Amino acid sequence: MEFDTQVFWSALFSAAYLKGALITLSLTVIGHATAIVVSLPMALVLNGSNRIARTLASGYVLVFRAVPQLLLLLFVWNALPQFIPIFREPWFNPFLAAWLALSLNEAAYQVEINRSALRSVDHGQGAAGIALGLTYTDVFRFIVFPQAARIAIAPTVNEFITLLKITSLASVISLQELMTVTQIEVARTFQFSEYYLAALIYYLVMVFTLMAIQKRVERRFSWARSGMPGATGGAR
Amino acid sequence: MSGAALIRVDSVRKNYGEFTALENVNLSVFQGEKIVVCGPSGSGKSTLIRCINGLERHDAGTITFDGEELYASGVSLTRIRRHVGMVFQNFNLFPHLSVLENCILAPKRTQGISDAQARERARGYLDRVHILDQADKYPGELSGGQQQRVAIARALCMEPRAMLFDEPTSALDPEMIGEVLDVMTDLAESGMTMICVTHEMGFARRVADRVVFMDRGSIMETSQPDEFFANPQTERAAAFLQKLLHL
Repeated sequence: MEFDTQVFWSALFSAAYLKGALITLSLTVIGHATAIVVSLPMALVLNGSNRIARTLASGYVLVFRAVPQLLLLLFVWNALPQFIPIFREPWFNPFLAAWLALSLNEAAYQVEINRSALRSVDHGQGAAGIALGLTYTDVFRFIVFPQAARIAIAPTVNEFITLLKITSLASVISLQELMTVTQIEVARTFQFSEYYLAALIYYLVMVFTLMAIQKRVERRFSWARSGMPGATGGAR
Repeated sequence: MSGAALIRVDSVRKNYGEFTALENVNLSVFQGEKIVVCGPSGSGKSTLIRCINGLERHDAGTITFDGEELYASGVSLTRIRRHVGMVFQNFNLFPHLSVLENCILAPKRTQGISDAQARERARGYLDRVHILDQADKYPGELSGGQQQRVAIARALCMEPRAMLFDEPTSALDPEMIGEVLDVMTDLAESGMTMICVTHEMGFARRVADRVVFMDRGSIMETSQPDEFFANPQTERAAAFLQKLLHL
């Protein structure tokens, strides 16, 4: 079988592919943003002293880390409307279902990243802020959070990349993201390599762009230039 | 030394589970007084000063600052802390902020002063601890002695009425201890009320109005420095001094 360059190029620059990639990217961004927003208070609760809240949060993490994303997607799209009438309304489309399912799942992973990042900030940092008369909110906002954020960047981008690829599972609930578009074209033409390669290039570009952004962000957050003469390890 | 004490510790007890860290501790510190607290490790020195600014909560007794009782209803612990500076053994500078930013964060957030005012004040105190030339560096780029001097300047930027020092030179290389003690001596001479947990007996002799010796959570004796060093009243203090001199 010949590789048809013409087919490859037209797939690469087709409106369907571009739209599919945009859906993939926006689902990932919105899904991950939601996960981060949900997971931050959960991480604080898990590191905190309130027993009931801690049990609830760890129960959440336990369940949503265990459920396969595929099952969760199918459950939210097919089963949820059976229990909750509001999801039978016409506005509940595959994009919203995928957003809900993937956010719930991703939050469970992100919570562990946040929790360990927050824990890695030395206790003395909080004590110093408190001793200066700052409020607990200010201590978190100006002292603990920025330091934890730096530690969380790399694993968070990792999660983001994983999520970007997991969105392809949403093809099972008929969301027209990049992989669904690809499979439709392949099923129509049986020209596997042309359409798969075009999809691959989209994924590569998206992931490489993300990694470049990660590098820039990490550079912005690298305050402690280590290995300076005379520097001691005391107060890192 | 007339009138009410600025800091008053009255029958204070502090437990960590089964362990009694402080037992019936009484101490009054008057405006302008310099107190050196010493004693073997685990004797409760650090716990005592951490209780004074409410970093640790005592279990019994009372602590008052300028007549306000800590944890009494209507008394804001956060507001009291704004008047009591603290310097830690491990400096605890904020590594993600420059030296100058370390110094302006709390005054800006708590005293409602402008950025320009905070910076001007910070430059003044950084100059006073002889480190103004490093104002734009990050803590990780400084030596231990420099970091501790920044930590002192950061505390002073709140213009506190008293300063607490928790073993400020214990984490330093020997050649850097002097520069930090010089700054502390200068501060003492300016009339600051200070409580210093330290084993620097030369500093105690030079600066302290009273030396407080603690052991196993209790204050064993309180004396003038000359008297304490020449003539310790308790056997434990004598043994402690003996060990310190033979280091």
